[in-house]
Amino acid sequence: MTSPQPRIGVLRFPGACDDRDALWALSALDAEAVFVWHTETDLPDLDAVVLPGGFSYGDYLRCGAIARFAPAMETVAAFAAEGGLVLGICNGFQILCEAGLLPGVLRRNESLSFVCRDVPLVVERTDTPFTSRCAEGERLTIPVKHGEGCWFADDALYDELETSRQIVLRYAEPVNGSRNDVAGVVNERGNVMGLMPHPEHAMDPLLGSADGALILSSLVDAARDRILAGV
Amino acid sequence: MRATVLVRPKHGILDPQGQAVESSLRQLGFAVGEARVGRVVDLEVESNDPAGARAEVERMCEQLLANPLIESYEIELVEPPGD
Repeated sequence: MTSPQPRIGVLRFPGACDDRDALWALSALDAEAVFVWHTETDLPDLDAVVLPGGFSYGDYLRCGAIARFAPAMETVAAFAAEGGLVLGICNGFQILCEAGLLPGVLRRNESLSFVCRDVPLVVERTDTPFTSRCAEGERLTIPVKHGEGCWFADDALYDELETSRQIVLRYAEPVNGSRNDVAGVVNERGNVMGLMPHPEHAMDPLLGSADGALILSSLVDAARDRILAGV
Repeated sequence: MRATVLVRPKHGILDPQGQAVESSLRQLGFAVGEARVGRVVDLEVESNDPAGARAEVERMCEQLLANPLIESYEIELVEPPGD
Protein backbone atom coordinates (compact mmCIF):
# COMPACT_ATOMS: atom_id res chain seq x y z
CA MET A 1 0.00 0.00 0.00
CA THR A 2 1.22 3.49 -0.86
CA SER A 3 0.83 5.84 2.03
CA PRO A 4 -0.94 7.97 2.93
CA GLN A 5 -4.20 6.29 2.01
CA PRO A 6 -6.72 8.84 0.74
CA ARG A 7 -10.31 8.62 1.91
CA ILE A 8 -12.79 8.83 -0.95
CA GLY A 9 -16.53 9.15 -0.37
CA VAL A 10 -19.03 7.45 -2.68
CA LEU A 11 -22.30 9.30 -2.51
CA ARG A 12 -25.37 7.04 -2.28
CA PHE A 13 -28.66 8.26 -3.64
CA PRO A 14 -31.87 6.27 -3.62
CA GLY A 15 -31.90 4.60 -7.03
CA ALA A 16 -28.11 4.40 -7.36
CA CYS A 17 -26.90 1.05 -8.69
CA ASP A 18 -23.17 1.41 -9.32
CA ASP A 19 -22.25 2.63 -5.85
CA ARG A 20 -20.89 -0.75 -4.71
CA ASP A 21 -18.80 -1.21 -7.85
CA ALA A 22 -17.35 2.27 -7.37
CA LEU A 23 -16.55 1.49 -3.72
CA TRP A 24 -14.96 -1.83 -4.67
CA ALA A 25 -12.90 -0.30 -7.49
CA LEU A 26 -11.55 2.54 -5.33
CA SER A 27 -10.70 0.09 -2.53
CA ALA A 28 -8.91 -2.13 -5.04
CA LEU A 29 -6.80 0.91 -5.96
CA ASP A 30 -5.67 1.43 -2.36
CA ALA A 31 -8.09 4.15 -1.37
CA GLU A 32 -10.16 3.99 1.77
CA ALA A 33 -13.57 4.17 0.11
CA VAL A 34 -16.58 5.01 2.26
CA PHE A 35 -20.27 5.43 1.48
CA VAL A 36 -21.89 8.79 2.16
CA TRP A 37 -25.70 8.76 2.40
CA HIS A 38 -27.49 11.45 0.41
CA THR A 39 -29.03 13.05 3.52
CA GLU A 40 -25.64 13.67 5.13
CA THR A 41 -24.59 17.28 5.37
CA ASP A 42 -21.13 16.57 6.74
CA LEU A 43 -18.53 14.85 4.59
CA PRO A 44 -16.39 12.70 6.90
CA ASP A 45 -13.01 14.33 6.24
CA LEU A 46 -12.81 13.23 2.61
CA ASP A 47 -10.01 13.71 0.12
CA ALA A 48 -12.29 13.18 -2.88
CA VAL A 49 -15.93 12.45 -3.69
CA VAL A 50 -17.37 10.14 -6.35
CA LEU A 51 -20.96 10.42 -7.55
CA PRO A 52 -21.71 6.95 -8.92
CA GLY A 53 -24.04 5.83 -11.67
CA GLY A 54 -27.64 4.78 -11.33
CA PHE A 55 -31.09 6.26 -11.52
CA SER A 56 -31.23 8.63 -8.57
CA TYR A 57 -34.79 9.48 -7.55
CA GLY A 58 -36.07 7.44 -10.48
CA ASP A 59 -34.67 9.98 -12.98
CA TYR A 60 -37.93 11.89 -12.50
CA LEU A 61 -38.36 15.16 -14.41
CA ARG A 62 -34.84 15.06 -15.91
CA CYS A 63 -31.91 12.85 -14.98
CA GLY A 64 -30.16 14.33 -11.96
CA ALA A 65 -32.68 17.17 -11.61
CA ILE A 66 -33.98 15.98 -8.22
CA ALA A 67 -30.73 14.54 -6.85
CA ARG A 68 -29.09 17.91 -7.17
CA PHE A 69 -31.28 19.06 -4.25
CA ALA A 70 -30.14 16.22 -1.96
CA PRO A 71 -28.73 17.64 1.30
CA ALA A 72 -25.33 16.10 0.57
CA MET A 73 -25.10 18.00 -2.71
CA GLU A 74 -24.81 21.36 -0.97
CA THR A 75 -21.83 19.97 0.91
CA VAL A 76 -20.37 18.59 -2.32
CA ALA A 77 -20.75 22.01 -3.97
CA ALA A 78 -18.93 23.65 -1.04
CA PHE A 79 -16.24 20.92 -1.17
CA ALA A 80 -15.77 21.56 -4.92
CA ALA A 81 -15.65 25.33 -4.37
CA GLU A 82 -12.69 24.80 -2.03
CA GLY A 83 -10.87 22.85 -4.73
CA GLY A 84 -11.96 19.37 -3.54
CA LEU A 85 -11.84 16.60 -6.14
CA VAL A 86 -15.23 15.44 -7.41
CA LEU A 87 -15.83 12.77 -10.06
CA GLY A 88 -19.31 12.09 -11.45
CA ILE A 89 -19.89 8.89 -13.39
CA CYS A 90 -22.94 8.55 -15.66
CA ASN A 91 -25.85 9.58 -13.41
CA GLY A 92 -23.24 11.39 -11.30
CA PHE A 93 -22.25 13.39 -14.42
CA GLN A 94 -25.92 14.21 -15.04
CA ILE A 95 -26.31 15.39 -11.44
CA LEU A 96 -23.20 17.61 -11.61
CA CYS A 97 -24.49 19.21 -14.82
CA GLU A 98 -27.94 19.84 -13.32
CA ALA A 99 -26.27 21.28 -10.23
CA GLY A 100 -24.31 23.70 -12.40
CA LEU A 101 -20.96 22.26 -11.23
CA LEU A 102 -20.21 21.11 -14.78
CA PRO A 103 -21.10 22.71 -18.11
CA GLY A 104 -23.72 21.36 -20.48
CA VAL A 105 -26.56 18.92 -20.05
CA LEU A 106 -27.19 15.22 -20.78
CA ARG A 107 -30.19 14.46 -22.98
CA ARG A 108 -31.95 11.41 -24.39
CA ASN A 109 -29.68 9.48 -26.74
CA GLU A 110 -30.20 10.56 -30.32
CA SER A 111 -31.23 6.99 -31.21
CA LEU A 112 -33.73 6.94 -28.30
CA SER A 113 -32.22 3.54 -27.48
CA PHE A 114 -30.38 2.54 -24.34
CA VAL A 115 -26.71 1.95 -25.22
CA CYS A 116 -24.83 -0.74 -23.30
CA ARG A 117 -21.45 -1.71 -24.72
CA ASP A 118 -17.70 -1.14 -24.54
CA VAL A 119 -16.82 2.08 -26.34
CA PRO A 120 -13.49 3.45 -27.55
CA LEU A 121 -12.49 6.78 -26.02
CA VAL A 122 -9.74 9.26 -26.80
CA VAL A 123 -7.97 11.11 -23.99
CA GLU A 124 -7.78 14.80 -24.89
CA ARG A 125 -6.06 16.03 -21.76
CA THR A 126 -3.77 14.44 -19.24
CA ASP A 127 -3.08 17.42 -16.99
CA THR A 128 -6.17 16.78 -14.87
CA PRO A 129 -6.49 14.91 -11.55
CA PHE A 130 -8.59 12.32 -13.40
CA THR A 131 -6.39 11.49 -16.38
CA SER A 132 -2.81 11.91 -15.14
CA ARG A 133 -2.10 8.20 -15.67
CA CYS A 134 -3.18 8.35 -19.32
CA ALA A 135 -1.20 9.51 -22.33
CA GLU A 136 -2.51 12.30 -24.54
CA GLY A 137 -4.37 10.83 -27.49
CA GLU A 138 -4.45 7.42 -25.79
CA ARG A 139 -7.40 5.24 -26.71
CA LEU A 140 -9.25 3.67 -23.81
CA THR A 141 -11.95 1.03 -23.85
CA ILE A 142 -14.57 1.60 -21.17
CA PRO A 143 -18.23 0.51 -21.17
CA VAL A 144 -21.21 2.84 -21.29
CA LYS A 145 -24.77 1.97 -20.25
CA HIS A 146 -27.18 4.84 -20.53
CA GLY A 147 -30.33 6.10 -22.17
CA GLU A 148 -29.55 9.77 -21.53
CA GLY A 149 -25.93 10.34 -22.39
CA CYS A 150 -26.21 12.77 -25.26
CA TRP A 151 -24.16 15.71 -23.99
CA PHE A 152 -25.25 19.07 -25.29
CA ALA A 153 -23.89 22.61 -25.16
CA ASP A 154 -24.93 25.47 -27.42
CA ASP A 155 -22.42 27.02 -29.85
CA ALA A 156 -21.25 29.76 -27.50
CA LEU A 157 -20.73 27.41 -24.57
CA TYR A 158 -19.08 24.75 -26.71
CA ASP A 159 -16.57 27.24 -28.17
CA GLU A 160 -15.80 28.49 -24.67
CA LEU A 161 -15.12 24.93 -23.46
CA GLU A 162 -12.88 24.20 -26.43
CA THR A 163 -10.89 27.35 -25.76
CA SER A 164 -10.49 26.58 -22.08
CA ARG A 165 -9.69 22.92 -22.86
CA GLN A 166 -12.46 21.55 -20.67
CA ILE A 167 -13.21 18.58 -22.90
CA VAL A 168 -11.20 15.72 -21.47
CA LEU A 169 -12.61 12.59 -23.13
CA ARG A 170 -14.26 12.01 -26.49
CA TYR A 171 -15.83 8.92 -28.01
CA ALA A 172 -13.72 7.64 -30.91
CA GLU A 173 -16.96 6.85 -32.76
CA PRO A 174 -20.54 8.10 -32.50
CA VAL A 175 -22.23 6.57 -29.43
CA ASN A 176 -25.22 8.62 -28.37
CA GLY A 177 -25.37 11.81 -30.40
CA SER A 178 -23.20 13.84 -28.01
CA ARG A 179 -22.04 17.13 -29.44
CA ASN A 180 -18.62 16.57 -31.05
CA ASP A 181 -18.56 13.13 -29.41
CA VAL A 182 -17.88 14.59 -25.97
CA ALA A 183 -17.73 11.85 -23.33
CA GLY A 184 -16.22 13.70 -20.36
CA VAL A 185 -15.69 17.32 -19.28
CA VAL A 186 -14.08 19.18 -16.39
CA ASN A 187 -15.03 22.46 -14.76
CA GLU A 188 -12.92 25.51 -15.44
CA ARG A 189 -10.74 24.97 -12.37
CA GLY A 190 -10.22 21.32 -13.32
CA ASN A 191 -11.15 19.76 -9.97
CA VAL A 192 -14.59 18.43 -10.98
CA MET A 193 -15.03 15.94 -13.81
CA GLY A 194 -18.00 14.07 -15.22
CA LEU A 195 -18.03 11.26 -17.74
CA MET A 196 -20.69 8.94 -19.13
CA PRO A 197 -18.51 5.78 -19.44
CA HIS A 198 -18.07 3.64 -16.32
CA PRO A 199 -14.43 3.30 -15.25
CA GLU A 200 -15.50 1.20 -12.25
CA HIS A 201 -16.73 -1.48 -14.68
CA ALA A 202 -13.41 -1.64 -16.54
CA MET A 203 -11.07 -2.80 -13.79
CA ASP A 204 -9.89 -6.17 -15.02
CA PRO A 205 -8.80 -7.51 -18.43
CA LEU A 206 -10.90 -10.60 -17.73
CA LEU A 207 -13.97 -8.38 -18.02
CA GLY A 208 -12.82 -6.85 -21.29
CA SER A 209 -10.66 -3.93 -20.17
CA ALA A 210 -8.76 -2.51 -17.24
CA ASP A 211 -8.65 1.01 -18.71
CA GLY A 212 -11.11 2.33 -16.14
CA ALA A 213 -8.43 1.82 -13.50
CA LEU A 214 -6.34 4.52 -15.25
CA ILE A 215 -9.04 7.10 -14.54
CA LEU A 216 -9.76 5.99 -10.98
CA SER A 217 -6.10 5.55 -10.02
CA SER A 218 -5.39 9.06 -11.36
CA LEU A 219 -8.05 10.26 -8.92
CA VAL A 220 -6.56 8.22 -6.06
CA ASP A 221 -3.09 9.67 -6.86
CA ALA A 222 -4.45 13.22 -6.91
CA ALA A 223 -6.31 12.69 -3.64
CA ARG A 224 -3.10 11.36 -2.05
CA ASP A 225 -1.15 14.36 -3.41
CA ARG A 226 -3.62 16.66 -1.69
CA ILE A 227 -2.93 14.97 1.63
CA LEU A 228 0.83 15.26 1.09
CA ALA A 229 0.43 18.91 0.13
CA GLY A 230 -1.45 19.41 3.38
CA VAL A 231 -4.64 20.61 1.69
CA MET B 1 -54.64 29.87 -8.28
CA ARG B 2 -53.82 27.13 -10.80
CA ALA B 3 -50.91 27.30 -13.18
CA THR B 4 -50.03 25.19 -16.18
CA VAL B 5 -46.41 25.12 -17.28
CA LEU B 6 -45.57 23.98 -20.80
CA VAL B 7 -41.95 22.92 -21.18
CA ARG B 8 -40.67 22.45 -24.72
CA PRO B 9 -37.35 21.59 -26.33
CA LYS B 10 -35.93 24.95 -27.44
CA HIS B 11 -36.21 25.90 -31.07
CA GLY B 12 -33.26 24.48 -32.99
CA ILE B 13 -32.58 21.76 -30.42
CA LEU B 14 -32.74 18.29 -31.91
CA ASP B 15 -35.79 16.45 -30.56
CA PRO B 16 -35.46 12.72 -31.28
CA GLN B 17 -38.71 11.95 -29.41
CA GLY B 18 -40.56 14.41 -31.62
CA GLN B 19 -38.99 12.85 -34.72
CA ALA B 20 -40.07 9.36 -33.63
CA VAL B 21 -43.64 10.59 -33.03
CA GLU B 22 -43.62 12.37 -36.38
CA SER B 23 -42.57 9.29 -38.33
CA SER B 24 -45.07 7.08 -36.46
CA LEU B 25 -47.88 9.49 -37.30
CA ARG B 26 -46.84 9.42 -40.96
CA GLN B 27 -46.85 5.62 -40.90
CA LEU B 28 -50.42 5.79 -39.65
CA GLY B 29 -51.24 7.84 -42.71
CA PHE B 30 -51.47 11.27 -41.09
CA ALA B 31 -50.08 14.18 -43.08
CA VAL B 32 -48.02 15.87 -40.37
CA GLY B 33 -45.13 18.28 -40.48
CA GLU B 34 -42.70 18.61 -37.62
CA ALA B 35 -43.70 17.14 -34.25
CA ARG B 36 -42.01 18.24 -31.01
CA VAL B 37 -42.51 16.55 -27.64
CA GLY B 38 -42.48 18.51 -24.39
CA ARG B 39 -43.97 18.21 -20.95
CA VAL B 40 -46.92 19.72 -19.04
CA VAL B 41 -46.81 20.49 -15.32
CA ASP B 42 -50.07 21.46 -13.59
CA LEU B 43 -49.61 23.28 -10.33
CA GLU B 44 -51.65 24.81 -7.57
CA VAL B 45 -50.05 28.01 -6.33
CA GLU B 46 -51.10 29.44 -3.00
CA SER B 47 -50.89 33.06 -4.06
CA ASN B 48 -54.03 34.59 -5.54
CA ASP B 49 -52.21 37.60 -6.92
CA PRO B 50 -51.60 36.90 -10.64
CA ALA B 51 -48.36 38.89 -10.88
CA GLY B 52 -46.95 37.34 -7.73
CA ALA B 53 -48.02 33.85 -8.77
CA ARG B 54 -46.47 34.25 -12.21
CA ALA B 55 -43.19 35.46 -10.75
CA GLU B 56 -43.12 32.51 -8.39
CA VAL B 57 -43.82 29.96 -11.16
CA GLU B 58 -41.12 31.59 -13.26
CA ARG B 59 -38.65 30.98 -10.46
CA MET B 60 -39.83 27.34 -10.29
CA CYS B 61 -39.16 27.00 -14.02
CA GLU B 62 -35.69 28.49 -13.78
CA GLN B 63 -34.69 26.40 -10.78
CA LEU B 64 -36.29 23.04 -11.50
CA LEU B 65 -39.08 22.57 -14.02
CA ALA B 66 -37.06 23.44 -17.12
CA ASN B 67 -33.38 23.29 -17.97
CA PRO B 68 -32.80 26.68 -19.62
CA LEU B 69 -29.93 25.27 -21.71
CA ILE B 70 -32.27 23.13 -23.77
CA GLU B 71 -35.85 23.93 -22.81
CA SER B 72 -38.18 26.90 -23.08
CA TYR B 73 -41.28 27.28 -20.97
CA GLU B 74 -44.64 29.01 -21.05
CA ILE B 75 -46.81 29.72 -18.05
CA GLU B 76 -50.60 29.85 -18.15
CA LEU B 77 -52.40 31.08 -15.05
CA VAL B 78 -56.01 30.17 -14.39
CA GLU B 79 -57.50 32.75 -12.06
CA PRO B 80 -60.11 31.51 -9.63
CA PRO B 81 -63.64 32.67 -10.46
CA GLY B 82 -64.33 35.99 -8.70
CA ASP B 83 -67.00 36.06 -6.03
